[in-house]
Amino acid sequence: MTQTAAALLQLAALVGALLLVQWPLGTYIAKILTDQRDNRLERGIYRLVGADPASRQPWSRYAVSVLAFCAMGLLLLYGLLRMQAMLPWNLGMAAVPASGAFNTAASFVTNTNWQWYSGESTLGYLAQMAGLTVQNFVSAAVGISVAFALLRGFLASGANEVGNFWVDITRTVMRLLLPIAALAAALLMLGGAIQNLSDPVTVNTLSGGSQTLPGGPVATQEVIKQLGTNGGGFYNANSAHPFENPTPFTNLFQIFLMLVIPFSLPRAMGIVLGNKRQGVAILSAMGILWLVSAATITWAEMAGKGLAPELAGAAMEGKEVRFGVTGSALFASATTGTSTGAVDAMHDSFTAAGGGLAMLNMMLGEVSPGGTGSGLYGMLVAAILAVFLAGLMVGRTPEIYGKRIGRREVTMVALYILTTPVILLVGAALTAVVPALVTASVSQAGPHGLSGLLYAYTSASNNNGSAFASFGAATTYQNTALGLAMLFGRFVPIVLVLALAGSLAEQTRKPPGPGTLPTDKPLFVGLLVVVVLFVAALTYVPALALGPVAEALL
Amino acid sequence: MNPNAAQRSAFLDVRQVMRHLPQAVSKLDPRHMVRTPVMFVVWVGALFTTVMAVQDPSVFAWSVAAWLWATVLFGTLAEAVAEGRGRAQADSLRQARKDAVARRLHPDGQEEHIPGAHLRVGDFVVVEAGEVIPGDGDVVEGVASVDESAITGESAPVIRESGGDRSAVTGGTKVLSDRIVVRITAAPGQTFLDRMIALVEGSARQKTPNEIALNLLLSALTIIFLLAVVTLQPFAIYSGAEQPLLVLVALLVCLIPTTIGALLSAIGIAGMDRLVQRNVLATSGRAVEAAGDVDVLLLDKTGTITLGNRQAAQFLPVAGVSDRELAEAAQLSSLADETPEGRSIVVLAKQNYDLRVRREVGEATFLEFSARTRMSGVDIPVDGQVHEIRKGAAAAVIRWVREHGGHAGDDLADTVDAVSAAGGTPLVVAERFGGQPAQPLGVINLKDVVKEGMRERFEQLRSMGIRTVMITGDNPMTARAIAAEAGVDDFLAEAKPEDKLALIRSEQASGRMVAMTGDGTNDAPALAQADVGVAMNTGTSAAKEAGNMVDLDSNPTKLIEIVEIGKQLLVTRGALTTFSIANDLAKYFAILPAMFVLAYPQLDRLNVMGLSSPQSAILSAVIFNALIIVALIPLSLRGVRFAPTTAERLLRRNLLTYGLGGLVVPFIGIKLIDLVVSQIPGL
Repeated sequence: MTQTAAALLQLAALVGALLLVQWPLGTYIAKILTDQRDNRLERGIYRLVGADPASRQPWSRYAVSVLAFCAMGLLLLYGLLRMQAMLPWNLGMAAVPASGAFNTAASFVTNTNWQWYSGESTLGYLAQMAGLTVQNFVSAAVGISVAFALLRGFLASGANEVGNFWVDITRTVMRLLLPIAALAAALLMLGGAIQNLSDPVTVNTLSGGSQTLPGGPVATQEVIKQLGTNGGGFYNANSAHPFENPTPFTNLFQIFLMLVIPFSLPRAMGIVLGNKRQGVAILSAMGILWLVSAATITWAEMAGKGLAPELAGAAMEGKEVRFGVTGSALFASATTGTSTGAVDAMHDSFTAAGGGLAMLNMMLGEVSPGGTGSGLYGMLVAAILAVFLAGLMVGRTPEIYGKRIGRREVTMVALYILTTPVILLVGAALTAVVPALVTASVSQAGPHGLSGLLYAYTSASNNNGSAFASFGAATTYQNTALGLAMLFGRFVPIVLVLALAGSLAEQTRKPPGPGTLPTDKPLFVGLLVVVVLFVAALTYVPALALGPVAEALL
Repeated sequence: MNPNAAQRSAFLDVRQVMRHLPQAVSKLDPRHMVRTPVMFVVWVGALFTTVMAVQDPSVFAWSVAAWLWATVLFGTLAEAVAEGRGRAQADSLRQARKDAVARRLHPDGQEEHIPGAHLRVGDFVVVEAGEVIPGDGDVVEGVASVDESAITGESAPVIRESGGDRSAVTGGTKVLSDRIVVRITAAPGQTFLDRMIALVEGSARQKTPNEIALNLLLSALTIIFLLAVVTLQPFAIYSGAEQPLLVLVALLVCLIPTTIGALLSAIGIAGMDRLVQRNVLATSGRAVEAAGDVDVLLLDKTGTITLGNRQAAQFLPVAGVSDRELAEAAQLSSLADETPEGRSIVVLAKQNYDLRVRREVGEATFLEFSARTRMSGVDIPVDGQVHEIRKGAAAAVIRWVREHGGHAGDDLADTVDAVSAAGGTPLVVAERFGGQPAQPLGVINLKDVVKEGMRERFEQLRSMGIRTVMITGDNPMTARAIAAEAGVDDFLAEAKPEDKLALIRSEQASGRMVAMTGDGTNDAPALAQADVGVAMNTGTSAAKEAGNMVDLDSNPTKLIEIVEIGKQLLVTRGALTTFSIANDLAKYFAILPAMFVLAYPQLDRLNVMGLSSPQSAILSAVIFNALIIVALIPLSLRGVRFAPTTAERLLRRNLLTYGLGGLVVPFIGIKLIDLVVSQIPGL
């Protein structure tokens, strides 16, 4: 079989499975969002934490709840990492240093899962399970909850509430993430991923050397790592490690897990808004962006331009032989498009064009299809922007899903689209302009070094988590700066989205008519795709020109 | 020639530019510039590059500085030209305002002559033939013909009288006959004329909600580009390709949405002006914008949907009477009837039966219609006897027939019912010779005549998503028939002013925006409640006060045009925004390779336009950026072509024209400019 045929077959299988599953899963998520009843387990949880599931929160209360919840998570995780040496199940690992603990806590609470450390030599099982895996679940659920709140903003009419955060997050974890994760973990174990609590085993190899084989509850963390678009690997090699991702089949399965919730949310949205075609339109826009990204990255890797690949005959540096070029490229497009950040190959070793395209995929604002929840709200913000920019051309004040885009809404959207570029460009420029910081972290000269630096700040500010390994992130400065980039890159947009939801909820909902811009037609899908690409391109092209573009044109 | 014809052409002529240049230069004042953030950035950039050009002079530096100033100037020029169109109108209005002497009336009946500017609200003034009315007010005594051409441009005088809905007079208009007493309702300086002058001059212009929102977004984009350019320098330094500040400023100005930023206020002013040209005055730009957003139009039946009055459409005789006989009787009874209905009966009889009045009717006695008898008629002496013909409301005439010994059969009643059911107004005609019993002749069907082309108009409105509701005092049956004939979406029958208000409120409660016209004082609450309330100039001052637009022609059909103008304003804004942003792609292809080709020669492959040198590429982009503003001034003043159709078609067409066009045009434009610029020595 040729490489192209293999790529197409994998892609076809993936797209088929996603289309099949997003249908019932979207319906199910819509039901979680709108269900009036709580089950007994949930009622128990509400009693335990003292939340009143019947109360409705205005956007500001909702935002305070999100921030308080995440701040608690941040402190707990930070404490857990700092006190690792004193806690059980630490496999003898030392306490994590302050800046590193801050970075990791911020990283997992923000659904970024940027890892400056290597898992097998830094964290014990307690930190992995009680710290990271817990955040893998709840940080994903926070994103979905915020998306729920935004949908309620569209749905409500003259209301002063966007739902109840405690109900949203509890239901998302209990009804959505846990059941799917349990099922998927079983499948992954069948596929060969390991799941144990054994200590590392040292074996003597045939060649006479000795090797330490790590153990760990890998499969359970692996599934939520992908399902929750988290991306933090149990081991340093992440999904390239055979204990995490043993076969081409598990590779495809992991890609599927990353994409399945982000691609199901649009259908849930369509159902909730009472017009499934609106969901199809958003799904199409996400799908087109992701397919374009998958196709271009695969093309770049298969073309294998560059000195080393051309000498070797294929761009196989940094790729696992069992996944090959196509499995790695497909994984790369999914992981950068979903804000997951898990990797099954070294993005640093991708061709200049392939690595640049992976970076651009993140720069779109993580909407292709984006993280759990964050992809949907990011895309909806982009849709509002598209409606506002072009919508005036139908001769009306722009409106979307029955809500007018007025001054307040535009303010939130404008600030949202400003946030990530500010963090990304200022963060990267600060490092670039201080020679000491360049020396400490940028190990490669020329455009590739700049690419690595840009990639790091793109990944952190967009809450992705993948990295160019040549960028030395494990310094106090970078740990702190990238940690802040992750926190601001996550919570400023969340607060803006919730404020937007509140402002939309206050408006009277008006059914769209023939005079309003149709947001459920192919024309709008095309417009949305172009707006997303254009905004990212206009913002980042100057910087990209000096990094991947200069490198790729060599 | 229409004074605005010049501006309607596709290009600005040189004279026009020269005329407005001083105004444009005076707008370069930073206190003015700061109101448009995008252009303020250009202004600062221009200042900055000038300082740099002074410090380190070169042809390139001076060229960039000069073109940046040109960019700013073209923006203020657009505004000046747009404002200039209103200024001519304002000047002619000022002529009308020149201080009139007021004859103030004291409670004891004495008159005193004071300057019009000293009048207070509540004063009573006397105005006689040949005098100018000194201020806005209501006629409280008398009736007069008034020349309102100063504000409406309409030379035919209008009648203003105390009481009723034609009592409002406007300061600056002239009484042609008779004597009226006016109670002043507006303080000097706040009269209709004052407001109008301020409006057409644009001095009272405030940014509309939509404009504010767009400005916000443009500012955000400007900040993003500022950021992209500012952070580019560290990356450039890292790459060993530090850039001159001059080049960074040029890049920034090319990227920020200057085209729409420069033209935004001109578009708004021109939109208001298009209304003024149609003799509609909006009290705010907000109202014009709201007009584009309207979902429901409340249209008064009479005068808007139908011609002013009902007209005779058919003669329907009872059994045993020929339609010709009926027509003749009907015509005779209507000879002295000067109402439009009466005349239409005479006309119909003449047209359909070629009836001319042959009989001697000189001695006939005409009975005028009265509200008590509800019929009119004629008594004609014939051979010593009297031939009585009566025509009127069915019930009244049938009673007359019965009172005079006659009998009205079932077929008459059936005909009457049938006409009513079809939305017509049945008039029964009966006659009586001498002392004989009276006898009914038949029924005249008076119908509302729907104006030509209304059905198509409503069809267009529907395609734009606008629902039309006909408001009428008719009974529901009549209303339904007319509504069906005219093709409106809905109707409100037997409508009282409260019903109108309630209807507006309920539509608004479900998120829709409502527009209506009105003239009477009792329309005022509804006019105030509606999102777009167009008061007729002939109406009361209460109505004019309550609405947010005044139609000087008092033509209720104009509401539809107002909606289209509102939409055109928004479309123009959107089209130029899209065009402006789409332009950036080509500018990147021009400037980025030029900046970094020294450090990374491979980037020359991005120089797809094949621009001759880095400096010429950058300068060409800057020049294109400036010239495109001038090129688009006429479009922003005229408004983009707007044809009523569905939102989807509009979007598709405009995206193709302004989106795709915006991507392609600069590639060609910059290349052409480069061909010229590369010839400049020293570059």
